[in-house]
Amino acid sequence: MTERRIKVLLAKPGLDGHDVGAKVVVQALMEAGFDVIYTGLRQTPDAIAAAAAEAGVDVIGLSILSGAHISLCRRIRDLLQEKGLYDKLWIVGGNIPEQDRMVLRQLGYRGVFPTGSRTDQIVSFIREHVK
Amino acid sequence: MTDKPIDKEKSARKEAPVRRVVNESGIEIKPQYTAEDVLLTGGIDASRAGEAPFTRGIHPLMYRHRPWTMRQYTGFANAADTNKRFKYLIANGQTGLNVAFDLATQCGYDSDAPEAVGEVGRVGMAVDTLRDFEIAFDGIDLDAITVSLTINGAAAILIAMYLAMAEKRGYDVAKLRGTAQNDILKEFIGRGTWIYPVDPSVKLVADTIEYCAKVAPKYSPVSVCGYHIRESGATPAEEMGYAFAIAKAYTDAALARGLDIDEFAGRLSFNFNIFGNLFEQVAKFRAGRRLWARIILDGYGAKKPESGWLRMIAGGGGFGLTIEQPENNIMRGAYYALIAALGGAQTMALCCYDEAYTIPTPKAQRISLRTMQLLIEEIGLADTVDPLGGSYYVESLTNQLEEKIVEAMDWVDAKGGIVKAVSDGVIQAKVSEYAFARQKALESGALRKVGVNCYTDTDEEKPQVDLHGYDEMGAIEQLDALRQMRATRNNDAVERALAAVRAEARAGRNVMPALMQAVKAYATVGEMTNALVDVYGRFREPTELWRKVA
Repeated sequence: MTERRIKVLLAKPGLDGHDVGAKVVVQALMEAGFDVIYTGLRQTPDAIAAAAAEAGVDVIGLSILSGAHISLCRRIRDLLQEKGLYDKLWIVGGNIPEQDRMVLRQLGYRGVFPTGSRTDQIVSFIREHVK
Repeated sequence: MTDKPIDKEKSARKEAPVRRVVNESGIEIKPQYTAEDVLLTGGIDASRAGEAPFTRGIHPLMYRHRPWTMRQYTGFANAADTNKRFKYLIANGQTGLNVAFDLATQCGYDSDAPEAVGEVGRVGMAVDTLRDFEIAFDGIDLDAITVSLTINGAAAILIAMYLAMAEKRGYDVAKLRGTAQNDILKEFIGRGTWIYPVDPSVKLVADTIEYCAKVAPKYSPVSVCGYHIRESGATPAEEMGYAFAIAKAYTDAALARGLDIDEFAGRLSFNFNIFGNLFEQVAKFRAGRRLWARIILDGYGAKKPESGWLRMIAGGGGFGLTIEQPENNIMRGAYYALIAALGGAQTMALCCYDEAYTIPTPKAQRISLRTMQLLIEEIGLADTVDPLGGSYYVESLTNQLEEKIVEAMDWVDAKGGIVKAVSDGVIQAKVSEYAFARQKALESGALRKVGVNCYTDTDEEKPQVDLHGYDEMGAIEQLDALRQMRATRNNDAVERALAAVRAEARAGRNVMPALMQAVKAYATVGEMTNALVDVYGRFREPTELWRKVA
């Protein structure tokens, strides 16, 4: 098999310090055989978009538990589009109430994984959606 | 049973193998404990409550004298809104306050900083200047209600704000009680509201300990948190072991200032978690109490017995709560409160049943408060000290937990001490690996979680949880107030005060007196933080190494 490994950037935007889930997802994606870049905490939207472009990733994943997901996802969406990364898979996880999930999908985040999601759901979602 | 021989196959089927049970700390649990187990694990500590090493409790009468302080974590929007919620909780019988700050405040940004967009007043109360503290505690008697500030990276600044506010209202700071969380080392492991690099961060903690020992000797400047390390993935034994390693680092830093151990050790406090197996947690608290007493009294040679008290808030349990079937969290909260009471906590706070969804509603806060009040008023938890003392099981576990806690402390030592382990990221990696293992066990069903991987709902009924909406108006008001403050304060005085903060930091002196002056001149949290960043720089998280270890 010469199949290319899927490359994922997992980022913690904003000031939120909850990184237990993000680090668990990073480990799950690595175990699934993906290449994973984890940004660490407190990344600005600019830094995340720049890192995604530079590393040439297939997937941009955001983890936000502070409740600020809509404003952050909107700013990051604008920057990802500016960099021409609209064809990549954008996903977001965290403490996301039901009524916000559709808003995030409409912003272009095709995968929304609220608290309580299983890591294998995230892995198979990425496998299915990365071209 | 008859004596008649039965065929082997049948007998094997009949005697189902005894289920093997190993608790999270790695201790194998026997189906039954006897006096022999207690002896084999080291016997019973015969001291009474109030006698070193305090296995049974730090006070002779414990809750018979005074029940634990009830201190729900509260704060949202701005100081005025939070003040109202404080008064609601006090009216409902709460006996202490535990202030939640928004992330901008916690990370040292003003409400008008670009980093603060969307965060002002979201997860806690926004604070920019002393004015916010004046409003937040208006009408609250600071002698009758003790206040705990859940603040870490910006702790030196907010402690200065609290002391300045109390002083302005005419309280004698030398007699003022209260607590700041101010445990920056655990922020690097979990929770993440660090600002400066590790070494200057520890230096600032030592500044607050030294300053409070001299100026506000009844104030507890640090609450060392195993809590968040446990939330991040540590076992109960590691939670306590790592907390002790951290507390020793602060103790060493304070001693290096020339303080005597008895001048400050009695004001160190702790914060531990209460989710998980009841008996394991109770044993953790009992073992932790006697180990800490030995560390301070024997190891550091403190003379005052109270220097060796493991004073603690036990609470939260956030990781144990679930988004599925949220009503179950009310029952979990009740059992967790029972754990804290059986464990001899001085202060208790419970995560609310709706907290996986939202900032708790007043109703959810009231249920948590009532849970604790029920234990005191109806269930008999405030009647006698250490009710599980003498239980073969709990005494054996206490002995075994103590060994496991020492093991965790030894592991940190082997990694070059807690400051190095944190700077290198190895402790973060270890904790995170366990969190991943726990997640896999949850997903496979090996770790049972009611409503998550067993007894799940078959109907499609949606959980009924009211959400606390984010109030944009609160943020707008905060920005207006900040703008007005910048326009009306004496900006020359602010500049002079900030220059003094920078100069003291550069000279390596204690920055607290200069911060007190800056706070009183209504300098903002962001301005004071930036003055310190000018000298100390900002922390960079070691994510590369974390990836390698993982």
